[in-house]
Amino acid sequence: MPRPLPAEQTLNREFLEIRAKILELAASLDRLDRGDGNVADDPRMRLVRGGLQILTADADADRAEQLQLLFSQPYEETWRKKFEI
Amino acid sequence: MYYIDPHIHMVSRVTDDYETLAKMGCVAMSEPAFWAGFDRGSVDGFRDYFRQLTQFEQKRAGWYHLQHFTWMCINAKEAENVKLSREVIAMIPEFLDQPGVLGIGEIGLNKNTKNESIIFLEHLDLAAKYKEQILIHTPHLEDKYKGTRMIVDMLCDDRRLDHRRVLVDHVEEHTIRLVLEEGFWAGMTLYPTSKCTPDRAVDMIELYGPERLMVNSAGDWGPSKPTAVPDFIMAMRRRGHPESLIRKIVYDNPVEFFSQSRNFNFTPPDAEVATREA
Ligand SMILES: [Zn+2]
Repeated sequence: MPRPLPAEQTLNREFLEIRAKILELAASLDRLDRGDGNVADDPRMRLVRGGLQILTADADADRAEQLQLLFSQPYEETWRKKFEI
Repeated sequence: MYYIDPHIHMVSRVTDDYETLAKMGCVAMSEPAFWAGFDRGSVDGFRDYFRQLTQFEQKRAGWYHLQHFTWMCINAKEAENVKLSREVIAMIPEFLDQPGVLGIGEIGLNKNTKNESIIFLEHLDLAAKYKEQILIHTPHLEDKYKGTRMIVDMLCDDRRLDHRRVLVDHVEEHTIRLVLEEGFWAGMTLYPTSKCTPDRAVDMIELYGPERLMVNSAGDWGPSKPTAVPDFIMAMRRRGHPESLIRKIVYDNPVEFFSQSRNFNFTPPDAEVATREA
């Protein structure tokens, strides 16, 4: 299997990028708070909160895959029956 | 480095893009039939589109020594019109023996509806009857996981299909495993607004290895970057991967997959130079 870069090298490469992405996220959340109205109960905000939890999960959590699944419609085993095909 | 873009919609790009791609090392591309940005009104509209794909695009590509290959189908968006879809499917065999036609594609699902599924199955039947290869579009964003699983269900139900002759495109972190595990080929699409970035594509190579994996730009008339594959090549280099591995993904793998099509008359760039010098 192709080997990833050593963790320290990846951190050297990506630290500023990670910092910038977290800041973007924080500023977006601040913007939501500052705007008129309240979106706390919007189902999309539940997804956002779920996403933030996945980001802080333990190592080996396949965070990217878990985030993708969080934002996905569920698959139903019985879909063929529903469509009668 | 020479590379092949296995999924790009050149009809929606200007001739200058062919030139740029050639300068960046692209030697060939495969162009699946897709949505034109509007629903076409008749089977003749599709016939003209297929003529453009099989005739004019090859010519434009040839101006820059690029080899152009293509795929025939009615895409998932227009599959909601079942009557028109059936007329198009009945007409497709007119084009299957044209030079450069690699198979049926890009078929798939868009909103995971019943009509899309019906027309997807009828395309599979066409491919099986004519022993054609298949290129598959999987839906975007929240529809991707469900749609990819439905597509894999339908592919696995049809015992006539050879999984090594099917390419499932636009895979991401949550769909790549289920596609590769069933023995299909998988394509990662590097697209600016949705889908995958070069670094995430490299992550997936590190997690799943290079077998049966390709990357493409899926460049079309929307915001997209036709030179996304060179971005991937650069990301692989910056992360310390050897040239041989990069070449496998961007050149050897597409050649291996497409070589299963009878109309893949590909001349490797080195052979072209050798013939001229002989
Ligand atoms: Zn496409």
